Amino acid sequence: MKILVLISNVPDTTTKIRFTGDNKAFDTSGVQWIINPWDELALTRALELKEAGGVEKITIANVGTNATEPTLRKALAVGADDAIRIDAEAKDAFFVASQLAQVAKDYDLILAGIESSDYNGAGVGGMLAAMLDIHSVSAVSGVSLENGELKVQRDIDGGNQSLSVPTPLLAVVQKGIAKDPRIPAMRGIMMARSKPLNVVPPADVEARTEFLGYELPEPKAACKMVDEDNAKELIRLLHEEAKVL
Amino acid sequence: MSVLVYTENWEGKFKKLSYELSSFAYAIAKEMGSSVTALSIGHVADDELKSLGKYGVSKVLNVQDNRFESLDNKAVADAIAKAVASENAKVVILAHNNEGKAFAPRLSVKLNAGMVTGVIGLPVSVEPFVVKKKVFTQKAFARIQIKTDVKVLTFAQNSFDVVENPVDTAVEAFDPQIGDGEFTTKVLDTHKITGKILLSDAEIVVSGGRGMKGPENWGGLEEMGDLLGAGMACSRPVSDDGWRPKEEHVGQTGKIIAPNLYLAFGISGAIQHVAGVSSSKYIVAVNKDPEAPIFESADYGIVGDVFKVIPQLNEAIKEMKS
Amino acid sequence: MNFEFTEEQLMIQQAARDYAQRELIQDVLERDEKAEFPARHVKNLAELGFLGMMVPPEYDGGGMDTVSYVLAMEEIAKVDASMAVIMSVNNSLVCYGLTKYASEEQKQKYLKPLARGEVIGAFLLSEPEAGSDATHQYTSAEDKGDYYLLNGTKNWITNGNSASTYIVMAQTHPEKKSRGINAFIVEKNSPGITIGPHEDKMGMRSSDTHSIMFTDVKVPKENRIGEDGFGFKFAMMVLEAGRIGIASQALGIASGAFDRAVAYSKERKAFGTEIINHQSLAFKLSDMAVKIENARNLCLKAAWLKDHHQPITVASAMAKQYAADVAMEITTEAVQIHGGYGYVKEYHVERLMREAKLTQIYEGTSEIQKIIISRSLMK
Repeated sequence: MKILVLISNVPDTTTKIRFTGDNKAFDTSGVQWIINPWDELALTRALELKEAGGVEKITIANVGTNATEPTLRKALAVGADDAIRIDAEAKDAFFVASQLAQVAKDYDLILAGIESSDYNGAGVGGMLAAMLDIHSVSAVSGVSLENGELKVQRDIDGGNQSLSVPTPLLAVVQKGIAKDPRIPAMRGIMMARSKPLNVVPPADVEARTEFLGYELPEPKAACKMVDEDNAKELIRLLHEEAKVL
Repeated sequence: MSVLVYTENWEGKFKKLSYELSSFAYAIAKEMGSSVTALSIGHVADDELKSLGKYGVSKVLNVQDNRFESLDNKAVADAIAKAVASENAKVVILAHNNEGKAFAPRLSVKLNAGMVTGVIGLPVSVEPFVVKKKVFTQKAFARIQIKTDVKVLTFAQNSFDVVENPVDTAVEAFDPQIGDGEFTTKVLDTHKITGKILLSDAEIVVSGGRGMKGPENWGGLEEMGDLLGAGMACSRPVSDDGWRPKEEHVGQTGKIIAPNLYLAFGISGAIQHVAGVSSSKYIVAVNKDPEAPIFESADYGIVGDVFKVIPQLNEAIKEMKS
Repeated sequence: MNFEFTEEQLMIQQAARDYAQRELIQDVLERDEKAEFPARHVKNLAELGFLGMMVPPEYDGGGMDTVSYVLAMEEIAKVDASMAVIMSVNNSLVCYGLTKYASEEQKQKYLKPLARGEVIGAFLLSEPEAGSDATHQYTSAEDKGDYYLLNGTKNWITNGNSASTYIVMAQTHPEKKSRGINAFIVEKNSPGITIGPHEDKMGMRSSDTHSIMFTDVKVPKENRIGEDGFGFKFAMMVLEAGRIGIASQALGIASGAFDRAVAYSKERKAFGTEIINHQSLAFKLSDMAVKIENARNLCLKAAWLKDHHQPITVASAMAKQYAADVAMEITTEAVQIHGGYGYVKEYHVERLMREAKLTQIYEGTSEIQKIIISRSLMK
């Protein structure tokens, strides 16, 4: 079995989000870049499957400029076998999925994180599956290989299901798919030097959406106080004003 | 030309989300000078389908076909695409939940449509078509233009009011004509989760600190947890002293959580604690000390005795639920 | 001149940071309180390759440079100075000494498992009567033909009980003074070795410090490192390189406390604003930042010199003395900035302050470093 893991390069989750002057673009100065946390879990699960046997190769694929290479090297250092970077600035989910469709054809299992922690698009995985005309399962919290057959767990409202799905399959994965992401070992970091990182030119595709601008949320308002003897008022506020109940 | 909304059901019933989605679709349709068609897949009684009319849905396409129960991503997306074609819909709306996220991306490819997920509130404009969503995991908002003729949106729950706009509703049986070969997902087993809610998955978290005075006083909080379907948490001293299991400890050295609602009872809010919960959408604090730092991070607060406040809250929650 | 780290160096730094912030932080307070050895973390960090980072891959090490080592040590020490000293002793005293000076057979037998971190090592130089002045070794190694007979006591031995492999300095030819000292590889389970009680320390409580007694311990001749009489030179050369490890540990203690002080200053309010907005505090933080940056540059410079096979005697002494003094100063200030919170254990800075003190004492006190530096001026 060959596995492809889609990797997005995102700002570290502790990054203070800022935009440049006219709020038109994300300010990348001083930003630490990491593997998108959900993609990292996907990769972790792929490695576990490989260690359990039955997986011959794990490839990672990313759409990005050469600035994303440290992130790809890290994925290689934790154990991916080779990497493909499609040399283009990611524009929107459709653009990214279209680029990936060029290189994603010969895999039995494609793993995509459910969303990226920057644009929270949640689109690339499903789009890619549609473009490749292969099956997909979303909200996947478990993937295993039993006698060469794929077993998949997915979350549904208020529960979960186990499924059997034919290959090739694209699984859109979320929390639960693997435990903690791996930390690269010295040996892996050393081996990553010599693993192939293939750069592919982008396909000529137009994005279908355009980010026009950004806003930051209003600063936190002062705490709204409710009287001790009228505590029920709190529930009304949470229900009607905050709408969280 | 119309706006098509995919209204999923839960064992034959719609939820508030379905009506919120319909209200949202209606508001968009109104701005575009068109009407709303809903697509329902599964066994939903006619009366229930017609209830969508109250929120502006003038036509319901009713697909009753057991094969869709497996929620095969490809088959359902294809079925929605067929409905879009038959209605000549220009805007397609799904919920931003497990199902919506599964079907919308496939659907957008099928329809050559631009897609934005997690849309909040009404479009900024419909010509050009510009919508808003949260980005950077709740830290900012973006305005995004969809440039294609057909648009696919997934809509973030609780970002639009349910509004009544009663219209006459026609329910039509609809057969999207999906061949057997398209259904490849086989459900082997379904588990409904009952009992304990995992802290990291919980939308609402009920948490107690030293101000709870002892492990024997947790009954009221546990009741609240049950009523709200909430996860249970605690502060560090509480877990250190063995009042509550270690897994419940939230804070810098414990679990870091980001629920929609975090309810802190008898927690003073040391920086270490707040660091673990500050990403919560709303923080509620109940503490007898008006100077407790937790109130600086809280959105709502009560200065008072937790043992007086908790029973009142539980009672109010029961009233709200009934 | 190039101040840019390589992709690999940054990856190692990040790996160390991830491990420290994700794992070490979880039980560091508890281990400090109970003076409990971090066995689980030693095993995990060994699997990641942090126990033999600079050993060449052919001896099962990570094959990384000293700059990477400094970056990793800082990240580990920021959170857990005890784990950092365990790492430092294994990497820059034991593994380094064997890599550089041991015979091929010794490397195969002892270096490989140490580099893999399957076992850890200890460096036995200090004695009850000989701390800073190592030219006199009261522990004796009598030449018995095909073996040496070891007698004496070693003090303040980091990893004393947890180590399996000791490197022991002992006097073979008292008449030759320091030129009569030898260094030996001694297996801890050799008959005649007694391990003294666990020292109850002020800081770095999670690393185990013991005295070790040798009574007629037989050490095979092939376990002597280098030529007869090489021991003192060996110890000095190894300590010189080892200082980079301790300097980086001190740097980490300082920057760990500093990070906490900055974060606290941005959250804590007094007189209507976050305390960082008060100039007296902002300037204090700024002074601290400069000192930490200086300490970091000294550590990296010494590491760079070592990686380029240039003399490091003065550079590593400067790094060690300065970083240790800065660690003491910064941690003390960090406690002050935290006010009452700084004095309670949950906020970590009081622990870092206790740990900083040891960096001014072990592997050559600050005064010894000054002797080394000033001697270079007298030449």
